[in-house]
Amino acid sequence: MSAPTLPIPSADSAVAESRGDAIVFEDVAIAFDENRVLDGISFRLARGECKALFGVAGSGKSTILKLALGLMKPDSGRISVLGQDITDMTEAQLFEVRRHVGMVFQESALFDSLNVKENVAFRLMEEHDVAPEEIDGRVKEALQFVELEHTLNMFPSELSGGMRRRVAIARGIITQPDVLLYDSPTGGLDPVTSTRIIELIIKQRDEYKTSSLMVTHRLQDAFIMATHHFDKQTNQMQSLPRGQQGEVPMSFLLLHDGKVLFDGDAVELKKSQDPYIREYIS
Amino acid sequence: MELELFSPAEFAKDKILAIQDYAMLAGRAMGNLFQRPLYLGDMMQQADLIGFGSLPIVVLTGFFTGAVLAVNSAATLGRFGSLSLIGQLVSISMVRELGPVLTGLMVTGRNASGMASELGSMVVTEQIDAMRALGTDPIKKLVTPRLFATVIMLFFLTIISDLMGLIGGNFVSTLMLGLNSREYWTSAWQTLVFSDVFTGLIKPVIFGFIIASIGCYYGISAKGGTQGVGRATTQAVVAASVLILVVDFFVTRLLYVLLGFH
Repeated sequence: MSAPTLPIPSADSAVAESRGDAIVFEDVAIAFDENRVLDGISFRLARGECKALFGVAGSGKSTILKLALGLMKPDSGRISVLGQDITDMTEAQLFEVRRHVGMVFQESALFDSLNVKENVAFRLMEEHDVAPEEIDGRVKEALQFVELEHTLNMFPSELSGGMRRRVAIARGIITQPDVLLYDSPTGGLDPVTSTRIIELIIKQRDEYKTSSLMVTHRLQDAFIMATHHFDKQTNQMQSLPRGQQGEVPMSFLLLHDGKVLFDGDAVELKKSQDPYIREYIS
Repeated sequence: MELELFSPAEFAKDKILAIQDYAMLAGRAMGNLFQRPLYLGDMMQQADLIGFGSLPIVVLTGFFTGAVLAVNSAATLGRFGSLSLIGQLVSISMVRELGPVLTGLMVTGRNASGMASELGSMVVTEQIDAMRALGTDPIKKLVTPRLFATVIMLFFLTIISDLMGLIGGNFVSTLMLGLNSREYWTSAWQTLVFSDVFTGLIKPVIFGFIIASIGCYYGISAKGGTQGVGRATTQAVVAASVLILVVDFFVTRLLYVLLGFH
């Protein structure tokens, strides 16, 4: 089965292409009460790059995604998304930036009072100027991408955990954003379903080359992403030959004690002699 | 377990911050009424839920409040041979005070709790964050329609409650006290003056604003999972109920002073 292509070459894509890095964090710090969760975090997510974000629970991984979306404000430091400094933006200004960013939340965060179609179409319906026929077509294609086109009229409560994540992915990609943020997309899922979700993320990455930042606590998910590519012919992910890199650069970022302990590719990560990293990846 | 010392300064700071957050939420929700998109569909849906959905409890509350007013006042008025004044008493009490306040309290119990729990659940399941991430302002989409619908529907629910109270009073007067129905309605109607009706109809507008803004504020500010949602729901009902009673006193007094009603 050949993978259906998503529509909408965004009118703003060309503009977005010229904006440099997808996401830049410069010395970002944030504390909740007395707890300093991020303490001077700096990293860059290049355009077309996929970066996996690791750390133990409570290390601030999800906070980084929320900061990148402007859902939270840092106590200090600067954050830039698609070339725009969002640190001091108002909520109204942030809505424009968020149009180019898709996010898949930890527990899917589907609207439980809306059915699958309305959830996936939410962003398009909120734009108020997209024709209903176009919305229907794009929803169908986004759901075909995650192979859930039969769930159109079902409510989130009727779906399994894995199906909810897939619907959340469809909702995140329907407008073909320039950047995708995944917050523990496989958290709480069984190994088979987790692999299915990772396969979809690889499919999205390889077909659309979208810059993505993925928070995960499962190191094997990121290694699968680094060592596999999506094969359109078989509609499945396939292992890359040993030593060969995928088309989309894949990097790893490890957080420890509120700081970036490691930022590099899989080879560098495996070679690292840092005791904490050795323990983490063992 | 560490014993936390109570700090009056921290307490005062928290309360002032909460008032500031509430004022900003209420202000933004009102300001959104003048900005597109207006979410008319959501407003109509909320108006149906709040207005039509609250009708049974408002009808019952109004009817039995009017009836019990008539029963209680009959004993006193009877002593002075003034039973015919029951219509006046029920009418003034219902229209000026009991109709707006009791309807407000009923709608608080039903809808402020509903808003706090619904929005609170959305907060703890990250649906509010998801809405913001998808480019939609949750205040515009969720709070403004609830605020607008509650203000409009409470106004009409209060009028229905007033009428049901008068019908309840009439029921007791004619069937239990043997008074003439026509006499009851004439006295009830003639005693009402502009100030009574104005006072009685300005209050539901203010109470509607209190119910929706407080319900939404506690919902949006919910923290700490399902327990936090439960706490937000309880706090919303308590705060809105108390505020309605306190504001009722000040609004009544203010209208007396400002407009010279008597």
